[in-house]
Amino acid sequence: MAYSEKVLDHYENPRNVGAFEKGDDTVGTGMVGAPACGDVMKLQIKVGADGVIQDAKFKTYGCGSAIASSSLVTEWVKGKTLDEALTIKNTAIAEELALPPVKIHCSILAEDAIKAAVEDYKKKHG
Amino acid sequence: MPFDFSQSHFVLFGLPTTFALDRAVLDTAYRKLQAEFHPDRFAAADDAQKRLSLQIATRVNEAYQTLKSPLARARYLLQLNGVDTQEDTNTAMPVDFLMQQMEWRETIADAKTQRNVDELEELNRQLAEEITELTVELAELLDEQHAWSDAATAVRKLRFLEKLNDEIGNAIEAVLF
Repeated sequence: MAYSEKVLDHYENPRNVGAFEKGDDTVGTGMVGAPACGDVMKLQIKVGADGVIQDAKFKTYGCGSAIASSSLVTEWVKGKTLDEALTIKNTAIAEELALPPVKIHCSILAEDAIKAAVEDYKKKHG
Repeated sequence: MPFDFSQSHFVLFGLPTTFALDRAVLDTAYRKLQAEFHPDRFAAADDAQKRLSLQIATRVNEAYQTLKSPLARARYLLQLNGVDTQEDTNTAMPVDFLMQQMEWRETIADAKTQRNVDELEELNRQLAEEITELTVELAELLDEQHAWSDAATAVRKLRFLEKLNDEIGNAIEAVLF
C-alpha cells in the first residue's frame, strides 16, 4: 500500500514534535491509544488567556498515517478556540491525507486526541 | 450427522463457560471432533453430506482457534455476555497505561538502534511477565467478579501488549538477520 504524498510529507517532516514543560497549567494534554494497532498518541495544546490555541505539540508511536494525522492536527488546531478545535472531524483529516480505509482509525485517533486534550484543559480550568 | 451450530464453542468441546481453561481437555476434545467430522471421512457421501461435514469441520477449527488464544477466548466470552470489546473504536485508555506503552516503545527503539539483543531479550522477558499478570487479572474479572466492562478494558490492554510482543520479535529479527 502506497502512502499519499501528504502523508509522506508529514511523516518525513513532522510538524510540532515534542512536549511542553511539565506543570504548565495553560497546557491541555490528551493521550489516546488504538488497541487494534498499538498506536499511542500524545497531543498537547497551549491555550492563551483569550481561549485561543496558540501552539500544539505531539508525540506519536505508530505507523506513518498515525504520525501524519497527529502532525496535521497540530497545525489545524493553532489559532482555533477550544470549541472550534472540537469540530475537527476524523473524516476531514482522512480526506486531507487521502488515507485508505484501513488507515481511517489513525484519523479517529487524532480526533480523539484533540478531544482528550481540550477536555484535560477544561478540567484544569474548571 | 447431527450437529448444533447454535451451541457455544465451550459447549461444543464440553468445557465450562469460563476463561480458565484446561488446555489438555480442549486439545483432546478438539482432536476427537476433528476426526469425527473430517471431510476425508465423507469422500463417498453425497454432496449435501460433504458440504455439511466441511461446514462442521470449519466451525470446529474456528472454535478451537478461538478458545486456544487467551485474548480471543476473553473476547468471545465477553461477546457471549453481550459485551463488545471495542478494540477498533475505543481509544480512551488509562493515561498511566499509555505512558507505559510509550516508554516501552522508546526502550525497544533504543535497543534496536544500539543493536542490543540482550536488552531486547530482557524486554521480552519483562513483557512476558506483564502478559501473565494481565491474564491472571483477566481471569479474575471474567470468572469471579463478572466485571465485564473492566474485562473489556483488560482485553484492550492485552491487545497492546501482544503488539509490543510482535515489535520486540521484529526488532530482534532485524538485529540478528
